[in-house]
Amino acid sequence: MNADFTAEDLAFQEEVRSFLENEFPAEYQAKIDANIRLSKEEIINWQKILYKKGWAAPSWPVEYGGTGWTQIQQHMFATEMGLIGAPDPVPFGMKMVAPIIMAYGNDEQKARFLPDILESNVWWCQGYSEPNAGSDLASLKTAAVRDGDHYVVNGAKTWNTYGQYADWIFCLVRTDNTVKKQEGISFLLIDMKSPGVSLKPIYLLDGHAEVNEVFFDDVKVPVENLIGEENKGWTYAKVLLTHERTNISGVPRGKRRLRALKRIAAETDDGFGNSMMENQTFRNRVASIEIELKALEYAELRTLASISTGKAPGPESSILKIVGTELAQRIDEIFVDLAAYHCLPFVPEQFEDGFQGTPLGPGNSAASALTYFNNRKASIYGGSNEIQRNIICKAVLGL
Amino acid sequence: MDFSYSEVQLMLQDSVQKFVHKSYDHETRSKIVESEDGYSKENWQLFAELGWLAVPFTEEDGGLGGSAVDLIVIMEEFGKANLVEPFTATAVLSGGLIAELAEAETKASLLEQLVTGNLQLACAYAETGSRFNLGKVATTATTSGDDVLINGKKIAVLNASNADQILVVARESGEETDAEGISIFRVDANADGVSINAFTNMDGKKSSEVTFENVKVSAESRLGEAGKALPALQKIIDRATVGVSAEALGALESLLQKTVEYSKTRKQFGTIIGSFQALQHRMADMFIECQLARSIVVMAAMQLDSSAGDLEKTKSVSAAKSRVGKAIRHVGQESIQIHGGIGVTDELDVGHLFKRVTAIDIMFGNADYHTERFASL
Repeated sequence: MNADFTAEDLAFQEEVRSFLENEFPAEYQAKIDANIRLSKEEIINWQKILYKKGWAAPSWPVEYGGTGWTQIQQHMFATEMGLIGAPDPVPFGMKMVAPIIMAYGNDEQKARFLPDILESNVWWCQGYSEPNAGSDLASLKTAAVRDGDHYVVNGAKTWNTYGQYADWIFCLVRTDNTVKKQEGISFLLIDMKSPGVSLKPIYLLDGHAEVNEVFFDDVKVPVENLIGEENKGWTYAKVLLTHERTNISGVPRGKRRLRALKRIAAETDDGFGNSMMENQTFRNRVASIEIELKALEYAELRTLASISTGKAPGPESSILKIVGTELAQRIDEIFVDLAAYHCLPFVPEQFEDGFQGTPLGPGNSAASALTYFNNRKASIYGGSNEIQRNIICKAVLGL
Repeated sequence: MDFSYSEVQLMLQDSVQKFVHKSYDHETRSKIVESEDGYSKENWQLFAELGWLAVPFTEEDGGLGGSAVDLIVIMEEFGKANLVEPFTATAVLSGGLIAELAEAETKASLLEQLVTGNLQLACAYAETGSRFNLGKVATTATTSGDDVLINGKKIAVLNASNADQILVVARESGEETDAEGISIFRVDANADGVSINAFTNMDGKKSSEVTFENVKVSAESRLGEAGKALPALQKIIDRATVGVSAEALGALESLLQKTVEYSKTRKQFGTIIGSFQALQHRMADMFIECQLARSIVVMAAMQLDSSAGDLEKTKSVSAAKSRVGKAIRHVGQESIQIHGGIGVTDELDVGHLFKRVTAIDIMFGNADYHTERFASL
């Protein structure tokens, strides 16, 4: 047993590192370090830089313009990106809809949609959850009724991330009401510019509208936008959800945040003449998080090793999702505790691009609370952690 | 042994409940938060008429008795409704310091204005480097002839932007962390050299950073004896700590009740989610947390009202704030989680209660701080 990477892998790691060092724009790095969101244009620009290098789609096969990297190389790339805080590819196109199109789309659909995803010319968003279909996704009601050469879509989707930026949406729609709920669902691609599509922003606890409700009011969708067979959408969706749950552990990001935490703690007065990093209670909490992160890192590596030998990601991804999100939330908490009075001000605009005033408090302390509030979503999205535990009970424990 | 409230306390509780029921739903509160003052002047007048502003004060000082148990009765109800009016800043903290330190005539005049709703106050104690240590004061007060000059910067000053006067904790002598040498001065909020940078806190309350630059006050504006204010400040902050702990308790009970209600109406997989045992047990745990939080807050309030020594009182306060902090994390986070996506939206009142209790966890020292303080005493 060993956890060593091969010389070839290590050389690859070095290549990634030096590429990111030279090519990840310094002004983006500065923004990320200051808790300022990158704009749509900046995210696309970064994605296009990766595209030029041939690294836009780490998980895609070579035939579609992907890297053809091994699982280990994909992991290394994601790790190096996470360690510097570079944004991952917008997942909705690259990681969610593209694999479905590759697996179940026809040649025409592949030619029509995949190149634009690869080049980041088209921004995709997700139309899965509905107000009354959350954890019980299969009970969704948005209806697509066939009318000649198109479907007429009516209904509402929710928790749609960055729909305000999106050109296209992939949706699960109901095409048959008369069968078992899982068997009447289809997978449909819809142009966001279609008449009858409208968005309503949903503000989250951090004051930012990163998600939306999407309404479909007699939206005409050409039949050629159906992926695979009618009423088989649920099968396709389940595959997609497994993809959503890989690379979710957030270990590199956790490491980066812990580094920042320790640096800030060393500069924070404990009120009694020492720094917070010298405070024993605080040190113990940091240590306990580091230990958990280490365990998670090795859980992920073991999963990776298993996938590398050809096993499909199974319930392991549920472990990574649960522990990864809950550990990230513990890091959120300790940032709040460190910031103390300095994170009370609720001034989200001071973390918007182009803010002209003087930020409140030292460093990014006031951002800590915003992150804490926002990231409560992590244990809810992507299949809530309750659903993940159900999966473990059913698939592993046989309960 | 008797843990029941007195007739008067029940009436007080009833009067807050009636007000909240009639005039303080989530929508109304949101409008108040968005208003320029960040609180309702009409409500404040009503609070005065109903006698609530007199609750923290002894009868001798023109109040209704001033017991800590009275205070937790009213503040628990404030917490349930997530009330944003500056009761803690004006009445409990600043009023408390005036009652504790001011000489008779000043005290009578100020408290009379306060309980009739005609005086808004703020208490500026925290600083960038002080964290939760009240005795660490870098703001200076220098006597120059008949005047005193105040210089320094205070953070997290609740209600400063609405205050007529600000009570400033400043150092007249000694090193930055000496217990001796700390005084409290009354400063007109619009005096020369006072600059107030106002914003809204995570819980919708108005707060400010306040800078004092050569602010000139008379020696008479000092509350109490020069350099001896720390014990009184500690005592009043301890009392306010129990007050906000009770407020947190009310908010947590509110969160529990809303979560249980939601679990009885939200259907997934063809049934209400409250029928899942995995969630039932978690709500049972939330209930247990609320009960323990209630028990320890009641304990601390009774200790403050008792003839126990200062040390014992302080230990009780830290025990309560530490334990309530734990309950805040647990119940707050579970409320959001069990609500699911809707729980993280700005639209639902649940998230706002969560933010309120998160702010209370920080106020006057978080759980880690109070655990350490308990251990050190």
